[in-house]
Amino acid sequence: MMATRRSYPFKRPPELDSGKRGHLPVIVVGAGPVGLTMAIELLERGIATVVLDDDNTVSIGSRAICYAKRALEIWDRLGCGEVMLNKGVTWNVGKVFFGDDPEPVYTFNMLDEEGYKYPGFINLQQYYNEEFLIARLNELGGEIRWKNTVVEVTPAAKGVTIAVDTPEGRYEMACDYLIAADGSRSPIRKMLGLDFEGQVFEDHFLIADIKMKQDFPSERRFWFDPPFNRGQSALLHKQPDDVWRLDLQLGWDIDRDAEMKPERVAERVRAALPGVDFEFEWLSIYTFQCRRLDKFRHGRVIFVGDSAHLVSPFGARGANSGVQDADNLGWKLQLVLTGKAPEALLDSYDAERVYAAKENILNSTRSTDFITPKSAVSRAFRNAVLELAREAPFARPFVNSGRLSVPAILRESALNTPDSDAFAGKMMPGAPAADGRIRVNGRDEWLLTFLARDNGGVHHKGTGFAALYFAGDAAADKAMAETAKALAQDAIPVTVYAIGTPAAAPQGLTVIEDTAGHLARRYDGRPGTIYLLRPDHHITARWRAADIAAIRRARDLATGHRAPAQIKETAA
Amino acid sequence: MTSDTLALTPRISDPDSFYEALIEAHRGLSEEASQRLNARLILILANQIGDRKVLDEALALAIRTDRT
Repeated sequence: MMATRRSYPFKRPPELDSGKRGHLPVIVVGAGPVGLTMAIELLERGIATVVLDDDNTVSIGSRAICYAKRALEIWDRLGCGEVMLNKGVTWNVGKVFFGDDPEPVYTFNMLDEEGYKYPGFINLQQYYNEEFLIARLNELGGEIRWKNTVVEVTPAAKGVTIAVDTPEGRYEMACDYLIAADGSRSPIRKMLGLDFEGQVFEDHFLIADIKMKQDFPSERRFWFDPPFNRGQSALLHKQPDDVWRLDLQLGWDIDRDAEMKPERVAERVRAALPGVDFEFEWLSIYTFQCRRLDKFRHGRVIFVGDSAHLVSPFGARGANSGVQDADNLGWKLQLVLTGKAPEALLDSYDAERVYAAKENILNSTRSTDFITPKSAVSRAFRNAVLELAREAPFARPFVNSGRLSVPAILRESALNTPDSDAFAGKMMPGAPAADGRIRVNGRDEWLLTFLARDNGGVHHKGTGFAALYFAGDAAADKAMAETAKALAQDAIPVTVYAIGTPAAAPQGLTVIEDTAGHLARRYDGRPGTIYLLRPDHHITARWRAADIAAIRRARDLATGHRAPAQIKETAA
Repeated sequence: MTSDTLALTPRISDPDSFYEALIEAHRGLSEEASQRLNARLILILANQIGDRKVLDEALALAIRTDRT
């Protein structure tokens, strides 16, 4: 009935024998996708950490299965994106059905454009996701303490002390920052007595993950009011290993135990997928809520993922947004812990990720209202949209079977330098940088993968700020060669890359060849154009032309130094 | 429709005939089917208007004129 995954051994923590209270810069609580990503992010940045988890296994059951392009790009930066892509099922097509009609009323294709390393989505069982993350964490020498349950949290101005229960006794640890990645029921949130405001939806959904050999294409299928689940919705998704997810809305007034009986579920599966042979992989009945903490940072305790915000599953905005929390927080913690940025920089984590959470909750709540109408008139409008959709294209954008996770564009962030020049396209300050095909030193690769390898992580002295400079203007190229040399020596260095040809490029700069024209097009780049990327690959400033002072001002603004030149720089 | 504010003056040439057609469209329908017909019609007309400002004015007028 349930897929058996490996369990991990409890190891006696050294603190139990030394009696000494250990201290680490950061402790991460919770070894789910978000906590593990957070720990990998910190280890990549040379920040010592451990992960504490009250269990000793990866996820029981498939659980979160849809991972979006942005999350995959983050894992790629952290060295474990490709393994997920290779194992996952890639899909781009979604079909929406209504009522008895065997033909879809609407089909969408998320593949907007060729030339990205990662697709819009992959489907992958959460246990695989976690196993890949654990493997990566182990490669980096990371430590997960299984069966270590945090039972007391004592926050102070300059750090946090925790008490941890294990099968062999209790010990204490201290840290500068405690990261609560301990899930939707977050014990740490409860220990701190924090309100978790939001909306509970009175509805049940059944997940039947089944194993079957079928040649259905790997597309997302969504049904409104299908004959096999009258008045309710249904969703079918393909996962690796011939596992398929059938997600059926059941309504509020149900007998949970009766609905969980395998023979009852089998009846439902046969109704939905007549004539298929299947066996169960995992069964679950869930309800959901849309809630969030008012603030994600509480002094030295910082909440990431489900402990901070909960959304409905429609749109896959749960795990995907949690991974972006870790992405956002990692480099900021590194700068603060190494004394290169004021602690107030961490408040930008709060501002930026609360903004993203609001966007996710808004989208998820709207989807929920469309999928499960709460009144007769709401249902009438919903059905009216679906009735019109096939014949009248104008109605299709109203069809909402989940607005699938895309990263928040942090356009209101105080870290951004507002545009002073005109640009076309989507790469505005606050947007995550778009990937593209490039060639460097004769080798074909992807922009974001190259930047991560060349400019990210602990093996570089920097923190990952990069400037993409579109070369080709002789005078500007000459000035940029000097600028780049000085920026590389700063306390928070910026690595300048020249986008151009090896024959004509500023001296001393690594040259990125825009072999497919992706960068010029996606970044509206022309000679002289400069983009400043944060270590999380979000764009923070751009110019048609900029001198070193402008670039430093933007970098200082992005690192919590309100005024420039608060850190000593080499003059250019 | 080119106006960028909500039209409050009469624009339909034969109001009695259109009104009749509207009521006729609902003849014999259940409450539920009637509601869906109205919803389809609202969506079609809203798209025809397109302008969000005009739509918001129409919505406000409809909400404001509830006399019961």
